[in-house]
Amino acid sequence: MSDNNEPLVRVDNLSVHFPVRNGLFGRTKRTLRAVNELSLTLNKGECLSVVGESGCGKSTLALSILGLQEPTAGEIFFEGRSITGKAQPTRLERAGMAQMVFQDPYASLNPRQTIYTSLAAPLKLHGVKDRAEINRRIESMMQLVGLKPEQARRFPHEFSGGQRQRIGIARALILNPKVVVLDEPVSALDVSIRAQIINLLLELKERLDLSYIMISHDLSVVEHMSDRVAVMYFGQIVETGSWDRVFTDPQHPYTRRLIGAILDPVTELTGQSPVDTRETPEPPAGYDYYPREFGKHDVYSLPPASQLVALREDHSVRLIARG
Amino acid sequence: MTDNLLEVRDLRLDIVSGGVSHNVVDNVSFSIGRGEAYGLVGESGCGKSITALSIIGLLRKPLAVTGGTLNFNGRDLRGLSKGELRRLRGEKIAMIFQEPMTALNPLSPVGRQIAEMFVLHKGATWKEAERLAIEALGNVQVPAPEERVKAYPHQMSGGMRQRVMIAIALACNPDLLIADEPTTALDVTVQAEILKLVKELCAARGTSVLMISHDLGVIANMCNRVGIMYAGRLVEERPVADLFLHPAHPYTGGLLKSLPQLGSRRLEGRKRLQEIEGTVPSIANFPPGCRFQPRCHRATPVCSAEIPPLSALSHDGFVKCFNHER
Amino acid sequence: MRLRLNLLIGGVLCIVIISAALLAPWLAPTDPVLDADLMNAELPPDAQFWFGTDAQGRDVLSRILYGARISLAVGIGSQVINTLIGLALGISAGYFGGWWDDFVTGLTNLMLAIPSLIFALAIMAILGPGLVSLLIALGLTNWSWTCRIARSSALSLKKQGYVQAAKTLGYGDIRIMITQILPNMIGPILVIGTLGMGDAILAEAALSYLGLGIKPPFPSWGNMLTDARELIVIAPWAAIFPGLAIFVTVLGLNLFGDGLRDWLDPHMKARQL
Repeated sequence: MSDNNEPLVRVDNLSVHFPVRNGLFGRTKRTLRAVNELSLTLNKGECLSVVGESGCGKSTLALSILGLQEPTAGEIFFEGRSITGKAQPTRLERAGMAQMVFQDPYASLNPRQTIYTSLAAPLKLHGVKDRAEINRRIESMMQLVGLKPEQARRFPHEFSGGQRQRIGIARALILNPKVVVLDEPVSALDVSIRAQIINLLLELKERLDLSYIMISHDLSVVEHMSDRVAVMYFGQIVETGSWDRVFTDPQHPYTRRLIGAILDPVTELTGQSPVDTRETPEPPAGYDYYPREFGKHDVYSLPPASQLVALREDHSVRLIARG
Repeated sequence: MTDNLLEVRDLRLDIVSGGVSHNVVDNVSFSIGRGEAYGLVGESGCGKSITALSIIGLLRKPLAVTGGTLNFNGRDLRGLSKGELRRLRGEKIAMIFQEPMTALNPLSPVGRQIAEMFVLHKGATWKEAERLAIEALGNVQVPAPEERVKAYPHQMSGGMRQRVMIAIALACNPDLLIADEPTTALDVTVQAEILKLVKELCAARGTSVLMISHDLGVIANMCNRVGIMYAGRLVEERPVADLFLHPAHPYTGGLLKSLPQLGSRRLEGRKRLQEIEGTVPSIANFPPGCRFQPRCHRATPVCSAEIPPLSALSHDGFVKCFNHER
Repeated sequence: MRLRLNLLIGGVLCIVIISAALLAPWLAPTDPVLDADLMNAELPPDAQFWFGTDAQGRDVLSRILYGARISLAVGIGSQVINTLIGLALGISAGYFGGWWDDFVTGLTNLMLAIPSLIFALAIMAILGPGLVSLLIALGLTNWSWTCRIARSSALSLKKQGYVQAAKTLGYGDIRIMITQILPNMIGPILVIGTLGMGDAILAEAALSYLGLGIKPPFPSWGNMLTDARELIVIAPWAAIFPGLAIFVTVLGLNLFGDGLRDWLDPHMKARQL
């Protein structure tokens, strides 16, 4: 635990752009701006959820934090140490920092490896040579995620979706990472299985003192699991703050739009939405919310200068100076 | 009996391959009235989609209808020839799918694909049909329809493609629209728009809707009556408010309680979600008796010995459970 | 079940041919080179010479048995080389992408554009006849399909969650390619390898037929056909039996390859309801 207020993960002005070649022979080059000068922090023990619709850049952000996507500009710090650019740690070093739980439990396990192999190989790679030690750690990990140790001898196709997601969680945790990135961890699962995985993730967070970055579009799950929420729209954070601020008093029109679009069965029938999303509160004087119009965004052009402004402690929205 | 648009009685579907047969849909009965929106809810593999496909006559081998009747507008759908079924599809019964990209022809402009419906089913000339296609695109609130008719499916966003699918489906004013997870692949804000569109268009034309989804929120938003399917059986059927506010079947109740509910954390703090134990059974290993019984917290010995019969509930509904909520 | 039948028939044929090749010294009634006897030349099949004799009076059966060794050595040997080249180029191209991918793709297309037999012919012309030259010539010219399949599989596999997970777990690129990507494409690669073996055996026959393969008097199915060319009317058995041997071997390999594809596909097993 660092006492100099350094967060566990700090993303500083991160931009990720992809060159897109099209036209005859790929002559014309355009730049797809997946992430634009994005900053955020994850504190120890927190679950930070990054919320947004498809194409908003939330997955690119996650891949950058994991080191799977090279940033175009900006830096990412882990416990104060830069993990991008020249000072980049090796893959081996990174493995202990952040791991990922994938959305699709069917594509995230190697079909040709037993669960035992999938879990033992990373341990061996990280210098655990003693067979008894490996077996002990795999056994306790299997129990931790609610599976029987002897099931480790089986292949992925012998498991149901929910069980596979448990295995995916076990693999993410086997090297004791400090941060776990959860990429839509329950959206590919059967509805009756989701609660099991949500409960498991929250339980593991407490027991192992984990910190989560969750990528999700399911706001009911986000509200249930998060400590802090960041709402993304086209590569930028438009609103961020503690979960209760964002969910009880959303300020930005886009956040209100998202929350307003949730179809909760009980809300639908009683007609009592927990949040009034009809009227957007007035922005601070001299500013306007950015963006105000949706569905017209051009991912190839540079967005106008706007800033995340703190409205109060731990609650910021993106504003643009009124011109 | 009544003037219901669709009557499904004791429908049974099996997978028959290599002399082995597995039951996938067992004894499913429901009906849809004119102008009614009926929801069929269940998890993957519960048989909801193939039930819909059997209605529209698109069931593929090794799946086969092995029992029951499908009565549409007073005609037995099972007795129809292939040609008659084909004429019925698109004209009287239309369907929209989860991924419009796979249902649209990638090599043909969307306007032409809509126009085709008018030519095929209404005997319109191509010139007429093209004008009607522009109108149909306008009806599904595609901006600048006279421009967009020339666009190809890959030039459109997922939400726009689904609007095109709806335009095609509703082109001939069908009596019944089957919507199979129409918004699952879409973003939440687009989903809200699409559902609103379907609701408004169908209400205006008096089209009945069979909505198939795993998403309880979508069903609550769209439907008047809801059937819950589990492992190939319809276990509960109720008017939508009764079902979600006072579920009778332990599976329905469990499902509702297992989902985080928006706003509840603020009111009551974060509570551990109530889990449904175990996993969804696979078709090859359906348990005896009630198929939910191994996962059910209210199960008694009778549950694994006998298939629970239908118990009628007050105001129009039933549940199939020995120990249901009363 | 049809797919099992493929594998069974193909497997039996392959085993029969491999054992024939291995056991040739014990199975062959006569020496394929030395036991020439002009007194017995061009005899039709009878109790002593089951497949008849050729123009030099050598036992066709013995020569076919020994010829199987050459054919199989060429088939297996050249395919091992082809598969290794194709896998190394294809997987690395698909996995790394960028200029390396462009280069490998270009090279593959070039190889596909030139008929591999012409290419092999050119190499044989430089290296001269012989078994080693054959292995090199056929091993360097038929990897493009393996490479293409390996590349496209690697392209799709590298996006799979488990490959991403392997990266975050600290696996190096080589390790990922070997432990995560290679095992998941082994089915189609084996199939192509087996089918390619049939091609190589045919190519060997063609090259030997043109006098560029195995030097007479040592028997290969190809040069046996060459020798039998002039006898096709008076002693057709000298051509028919080597031809049949090629046919049966290629058929066996193809059946086996097809059967293997169905059997190895993990989805086939997982699809059991």
